[in-house]
Amino acid sequence: MRPPPFRGAKKEAAELMPWFFLRGLAAALALLLFLAPARAQEYEALLPGLAGGFAQQAETVERLGLLGDPRAIPLLQAMADARLLRLADGSFAPQQGAAPPEGATLIRINNRVRGALRGALGRLQLVSPDPAERLRAADAILRNRSAADIPLIEAALARETQAPIRARLELALGGARLASEDVAVRRAGVAALGASASPEARGQLLAARAANAELLPEIEAAIAAIDRRLQLRRAAETVFQGLSLGSVLLLAALGLAITFGVMGVINMAHGEFVMLGAYTTVVVQEICRNIPELAPWSLPLAVPAAFLVTAAIGAAMERGLIRHLYGRPLETLLLTFGVGMILQQVVRLAFGAQNREVISPEWMMGTLLLSGGIAVTQNRLWIILFSLVVLLACFAAIRLTRFGLEMRAVVQNRRIAATMGIRTGRVDAMTFAFGSGLAGLAGVALSQIDNVSPNLGTGYIIDSFMVVVFGGVGSLMGTLIGAFTLGLLNKFLEPYAGVVLAKVAVLVGIMLFIQRRPKGLFALKGRAADQ
Amino acid sequence: MREPSHSVTRRGLLAAPLAAGLTAPLAAPALGQQAPIRVGVLHSLSGTMAISETALRDTVLMMVEAQNAQGGLLGRRLEAVVVDPASNWPLFAEKARELLQISRVDVTFGCWTSVSRKSVLPVFEELNGLLFYPVQYEGEEESRNIFYTGAAPNQQAIPAVEYLLGADGGEAKRIALLGTDYVYPRTTNRILRGFLNSKGITDADILEEYTPFGHSDWQGIVARVKRFAGEGKKTAIVSTINGDANVPFYRELGNQGIRAEDIPCVAFSVGEEELAGIDTRPLVGHLAAWNYFMSVESPANTEFLTMWRNYIRNPRRVTNDPMEATLIGFKMWAQAVTAARGTGVDAVREALYGQKVAAPSGYEVEMHRNHHLSKPVMIGEIRADGQFDIVSRTPTAIVAENWSPFIPENANRRR
Repeated sequence: MRPPPFRGAKKEAAELMPWFFLRGLAAALALLLFLAPARAQEYEALLPGLAGGFAQQAETVERLGLLGDPRAIPLLQAMADARLLRLADGSFAPQQGAAPPEGATLIRINNRVRGALRGALGRLQLVSPDPAERLRAADAILRNRSAADIPLIEAALARETQAPIRARLELALGGARLASEDVAVRRAGVAALGASASPEARGQLLAARAANAELLPEIEAAIAAIDRRLQLRRAAETVFQGLSLGSVLLLAALGLAITFGVMGVINMAHGEFVMLGAYTTVVVQEICRNIPELAPWSLPLAVPAAFLVTAAIGAAMERGLIRHLYGRPLETLLLTFGVGMILQQVVRLAFGAQNREVISPEWMMGTLLLSGGIAVTQNRLWIILFSLVVLLACFAAIRLTRFGLEMRAVVQNRRIAATMGIRTGRVDAMTFAFGSGLAGLAGVALSQIDNVSPNLGTGYIIDSFMVVVFGGVGSLMGTLIGAFTLGLLNKFLEPYAGVVLAKVAVLVGIMLFIQRRPKGLFALKGRAADQ
Repeated sequence: MREPSHSVTRRGLLAAPLAAGLTAPLAAPALGQQAPIRVGVLHSLSGTMAISETALRDTVLMMVEAQNAQGGLLGRRLEAVVVDPASNWPLFAEKARELLQISRVDVTFGCWTSVSRKSVLPVFEELNGLLFYPVQYEGEEESRNIFYTGAAPNQQAIPAVEYLLGADGGEAKRIALLGTDYVYPRTTNRILRGFLNSKGITDADILEEYTPFGHSDWQGIVARVKRFAGEGKKTAIVSTINGDANVPFYRELGNQGIRAEDIPCVAFSVGEEELAGIDTRPLVGHLAAWNYFMSVESPANTEFLTMWRNYIRNPRRVTNDPMEATLIGFKMWAQAVTAARGTGVDAVREALYGQKVAAPSGYEVEMHRNHHLSKPVMIGEIRADGQFDIVSRTPTAIVAENWSPFIPENANRRR
């Protein structure tokens, strides 16, 4: 094997890359000319098999991949995208436009053929000049696990200059060698796979155990080595899932931390404010759909809209109903419960009982690979960030603004605040509106991961109260720590107890905790705590 | 208010042949002169199951309208009585009682989840009502007051898993059973575990996980399945997840990049209607097993589609298997009422046995004495447009085994 001469000197390599490909292409072309007649015949003979049964299709695709005729690439690609047509004259062509021409039939495939297509395209595209295509090809060939690929991968490795593609090719080579007849080659394969931190390699090694009794100790050692490397990654992924659940809890509870925690209003309609926020997102998206230049911004636009809508409804509710019942918690509970039911029914009448579809923007879909191979889903990542931003904004509003100052003054001592000239009634309304608006923001985030239905809020009201009480009533810090503690606890318990039991265990844990510390994690101290 | 309809029914039974005889020389009897036949509709129109059940209400209403356009039944007009049990299982029993005792319906079409069926079953038995249940289910049940027009496990779950174990399905050696936590998934998975064990797949290669209704946080479970699949054996997912929890579940499958070629997921409660609200491009190749798909090409299906889209006034609305089962049930009931010359439950029950309908699936289905249909089994792969490519189907309709041989304590109840 010839080592690629310009590794390390990235810039030079980049400049020289086209040269390499021209050379590669020229070599391939020469080869093609040399073998052309026989290969062309075989290619033509294979094609009709693409229209056969699934088993025949899979075999044909496999053989086209091994044949290496580049004419197959567009056909196979079209087949994988369910766009390949068999024309009336028996030839094949990718579908252009919406409707197939007269007499043409669409070639249907299944998962077996799809798998074969991926492998064959991997083989054919390994020489592609497009690095993205080569990366996909390396990924695909990784799953082939066929000893027939060894020379192909070795040749590709000799040409390849890009590190991520090389890493995958090394892995694929290891996998292909593992399928070899020769024990020495297989041993090299085990070593190559064992040097990685890839779950895929681990799977291949596990699968190879049965057929390789003589290599068993080496395979076990390689698996153990991968496991050590994977351990950290798995823990990191569980932590991410816990943070994600925590961020959802935090968002849902933050509004309640204001209305219940600061004002002491037991607001059973809190969940419905969350739901209204989600529906505001739906409405904003609907409006934006008709205005093309706004469409990609519909979700960011929904954030202020949801805040304003729910805050306005919250303010109206406080002025109209709740203020008449201050100091009567039982009546407030019943009243807000009733308001919640009314809001649910109003939404059901206005939007229907069916779930509403919310569009996720491109940048919130798929998985992000962090360094170390930690995979995090994009939508969850954005929601974690969003929850932290909202929390910071909340802190800032309470600590730095005049409204926050007045709010704290009224909470600490209403009468003295009033004598200082603060309009306590107005501050009450604004505080409640602020808490409701935060619930609306939670609704925007939840619309991305949950179903938008009139019942959306009912699933979160218990959790929200749980977080606020656990964290300590009246403490934003407590809400933050409480939400993430519960999220992480839940996700670390889930693998052992299952989803349902994990939740039960967390609830029991909170009950015991509240017995010991009735005021939660962060109990308020001083005079305000005694009120 | 209303006359008690027991006397109406009895009088109707006596009067029907007489009236038919009298009016025969004249034109068709004018509708609405006699008390209408009441058709109860017991489907959740709100809550977690509304995503699936709302279309079934519309199907029954469509069939009632079509029957009335043809002159009703026995010269009587049909009248639908719709109630909303709101995905609330005890409420199903209350609403069933309301339909039978206050609205005095002659037949009821309803329920999706097994827990709702279990909730109404004693009510229908106590009051001798007639319920058509249109959804595939776990079996292990047979009531003289219920006709099951969906699939029993041997008409859906077992053939689907058999497909996954076969060459076309990818020769799976490990199975992850994911379900919503209630009677249908738990029983089905018990049957499947028995079946898998009989095929040499041990319990170590079976992962079983349950989640509550409406579950939305799937990241942990999907990651766990991914890990379970990474142990060197070809793995497949069998999903008995019900209701709107499927939307975040499939979204998570897509986001975590689980491709059908690597880990195919076959679902038993996900059809065209449930996929209508999801971006299916990342899901291409994942499977569903049913007895009907909208993409079936048959004259009966073309007629069904046209009828449905005209009724719902939306040329893009989809049909699915439980809708087809509702249609079959309705047609069979109408045929049986005609044959029995009345709507009395006992007479209709006898008349239902052996009724045949040319179903939209393209097969002729028959009601057997075990209250179940013989149905074809089809397996479809999700396409990018939310429809299914049928990749496997049985040559004939299969007779239902509602008592599974894989549940030992009930197996001797088979007939």
